[in-house]
Amino acid sequence: MPQNLARRVPLTHLDRLEAESIHIFREVAANFSRPVMLYSIGKDSSVLLHLAMKAFYPAKPPFPLLHVDTTWKFREMIAFRDRIAEEFGLNLIVHVNEEGVRDRVNPFDHGSNFHTYVMKTVALRQALDKYRFDAAFGGARRDEEKSRAKERIFSFRNAAHAWDPKNQRPEMWRIYNTRISAGESIRVFPLSNWTELDIWQYVLREDIPIVPLYFAKRRPVVERDGMLIMVDDDRMKLRDGEKVEERMVRFRTLGCYPLTGAIESDADSLEAIVGEMLTARTSERQGRLIDKDESGSMEKKKREGYF
Amino acid sequence: MQQHLKIEKDDEAADVRDYLALQEQKTLLRFLTCGSVDDGKSTLIGRLLYDTRLIFEDQLSALERDSRRHGTTGDDIDFALLVDGLEAEREQGITIDVAYRFFATPKRKFVVADTPGHEQYTRNMATGASTADAAVVLVDARQGVLRQTRRHTIIVSLLGIRHVVLAVNKIDLVEFDRATFERIAAEYRAFAEGLGFRTIMPIPLSARYGDNVTQPSERMDWYEGPALLGYLESLPLDDEAKERPFRFPIQYVNRPDLDFRGFAGTVASGSVSRGDPVVIAKSGKASRVSRIVAYGGDLERATEGQAVTLLLEDDIEASRGNMLVAPDARPQVADQFTADIVWFDEHALLPGRSYLLRTETDQANATVTELKYRIEINSLAHEAAKSLEMNEVGVCNLSLQAPIAFDAFAENRATGSFVLIDRRTNATVGAGMILHGLRRAENIHWQALDVDRAARAALKLQRPAVLWFTGLSGSGKSTIANLLEKKLHAAGRHTYILDGDNVRHGLNRDLGFTEEDRVENIRRVAEVARLMADAGLIVLVSFISPFRAERQMARELMKEGEFVEIFVDTPFEECARRDPKGLYKRALGGEIKNFTGVDSPYEAPEGAEIHLRTEGRAPEEMVEAVEEWLSGHGLDDGR
Repeated sequence: MPQNLARRVPLTHLDRLEAESIHIFREVAANFSRPVMLYSIGKDSSVLLHLAMKAFYPAKPPFPLLHVDTTWKFREMIAFRDRIAEEFGLNLIVHVNEEGVRDRVNPFDHGSNFHTYVMKTVALRQALDKYRFDAAFGGARRDEEKSRAKERIFSFRNAAHAWDPKNQRPEMWRIYNTRISAGESIRVFPLSNWTELDIWQYVLREDIPIVPLYFAKRRPVVERDGMLIMVDDDRMKLRDGEKVEERMVRFRTLGCYPLTGAIESDADSLEAIVGEMLTARTSERQGRLIDKDESGSMEKKKREGYF
Repeated sequence: MQQHLKIEKDDEAADVRDYLALQEQKTLLRFLTCGSVDDGKSTLIGRLLYDTRLIFEDQLSALERDSRRHGTTGDDIDFALLVDGLEAEREQGITIDVAYRFFATPKRKFVVADTPGHEQYTRNMATGASTADAAVVLVDARQGVLRQTRRHTIIVSLLGIRHVVLAVNKIDLVEFDRATFERIAAEYRAFAEGLGFRTIMPIPLSARYGDNVTQPSERMDWYEGPALLGYLESLPLDDEAKERPFRFPIQYVNRPDLDFRGFAGTVASGSVSRGDPVVIAKSGKASRVSRIVAYGGDLERATEGQAVTLLLEDDIEASRGNMLVAPDARPQVADQFTADIVWFDEHALLPGRSYLLRTETDQANATVTELKYRIEINSLAHEAAKSLEMNEVGVCNLSLQAPIAFDAFAENRATGSFVLIDRRTNATVGAGMILHGLRRAENIHWQALDVDRAARAALKLQRPAVLWFTGLSGSGKSTIANLLEKKLHAAGRHTYILDGDNVRHGLNRDLGFTEEDRVENIRRVAEVARLMADAGLIVLVSFISPFRAERQMARELMKEGEFVEIFVDTPFEECARRDPKGLYKRALGGEIKNFTGVDSPYEAPEGAEIHLRTEGRAPEEMVEAVEEWLSGHGLDDGR
């Protein structure tokens, strides 16, 4: 039975963003032989997956999901990941840099920079090489960070997975140049033109499941380097003078738990999160330790092959 | 207490939902800022973001820190650093690539593309312009309209943008002088008048101090027009106003099982309802839309901009690159057309060279058959040209190996645009806007002949082939080809040698040795070789043919398996030592220009069928190697 009759005309801002993203997904499916979707479990990944389901309906997305597991993700993220993969009936590949695990690389002893480089950037390159993926979807948005604002939707990577920001391919209209030589690949960003508000608005409109860590709850945290770090397991050792407190907190972005700052909040519904966001005075990535290690650090990581 | 909190939260939730509903009502305007270097584009966007309160505290403190380190504005905040996101940009104080920023006012949402002013980054400016509805062209009040202002204005016009704001920036540096503003505005209008803009709005402003950016300035009482932001908020969006014919480029055929065959794509224009008749553009076959499939339930209707999956009543053939269209208003289907081209690559566009042409979903090999003229940036004059250099704009005729479905760009930006891709480097080298199809493509059809190539070859008891010898001058191509022909002839084969020098005495005597002429030289020879192979001959082509693109073009002209590339590989030093015609001596002495290997490049083959390393070996050995290869590939038998 036909549904959704009148709502579609004229298209709203969100409808247009949705259509653009679906178009991008299909472009990749039509042009690449081994695409993959990077699934990082956050809200952007949730939206990305929802759009992929729409793009190929009634078929399943014709590519697997890849999660690069640093082994330091919040436990709730991993549980959510496994549940979603099962519910949607998707092929989920989990890749861990085993050399990093063997060398016991971790954010506490090696610092966020080195940890992220080994367990995320190198791990990602390993996985892309291992499975010979020629296109990889990521959930990055241009409004997140200055170097991301500069990136193409179809972003070319050389055989070493490196981005050359000074020499990007022109990207005209909706015509995407998907041509690559052996070993080269394209990173594809279907959410390029979405803002943080768009994402939340879409999660609300489409009732998309997200990790419960986004909602405020009493959680055990310690204050460290000006951030509230949640004690997610016993690998986190307390420094002198630190004490674990139960506080009402939530997360604006999700990553490795020792590197992701919580904010004090009582926003326990999507509406409350959006309300809080509208009055926020700091940007979303502020809770991320990895962006601040060096100036221009996101660009540097991207040139090395980080998403 | 709990109860009270609950009510408060419900109220808040309702407020948020109301707010979001309002957000959904807002229209979206995409615009770009462009103009010459240092006219203040990035500063203007930084100012817009700052004044619309879209800069967060952590970004502001980072900005203050960066301003002290890289800034160009003394102790003040350097707003340009908000948008110049690449390290190289901050260090050099320039914009290299387009940055997309997002902001909103109570009336409208905006996506702004901040594009670079340097001529060498014109391709990035065009990237930003291709998806914009309006352009803000900046000029420095002290400098006025510059060459780059004109170039950007022309590109903006070609890319179909119909609304231009001329932002006369740094007006504070000319003491808010009215006469200066009016002089610049008049000069710009005179230039842009014939470029097809619907509105041209000059606004005097100071991005650095915010005059006439978001608020009307109090320092220019002589100016009665709107501030920039207010003007952009009220600019009409005229894209969806008129109903256009239905166009649905097929992007992807969705076939999860044998019972479902859906055509996935985005509606490029018009709309379609369930039951509507549609036609497959390239074949003309007709059917009706049986379902419009979307996640969450079928739709009754799909309109411009929607990404859906269409099912047809009949099981007819159509694949990616084809188009579902309205039966009573069809697009053109042709393999030749005329188009505006903006060239991006440092290697010039050359007539005769083969490129890959790509539309939204289709692609075909394409050759520029004629460069009609180049547009001179300052005067807009049409100039005769033999090539289109980087950042130049011109009008060309193109010929494709297979027809595509298209509309004129003026009618439809989505179905009238294409890019050109270098087939070797995969770089996007140019962008095109189709003006019109060429009549001759419709009227000249292939004449079907009764005696065909197979019949002609059979009579000669041989399989036709094109043996393409490539290599430096003096590498031994002609010697080897000549010996080989003698042996083939003795064996009763019908052969012909096309030799570079000999052909230049006749068919190609009008051509010189510039890059353009070399491309045309090869194109003609490849066409002749094709005709001869069609006639059943074994053709030996002995040409330096230095460029991969042309050899590739020749390869694609021939039937699969009929083209045999033979790389006669003799090192430059050896060729120069042999120097059978004394040419190297003269070239190295500067007497001959554009000599391959000396001051003109030779691109060695990467996937040649036969690779002959000649050094220290006799020509007879080389010929045997070729014969061996031919017999190994069934090219020596009597059929």
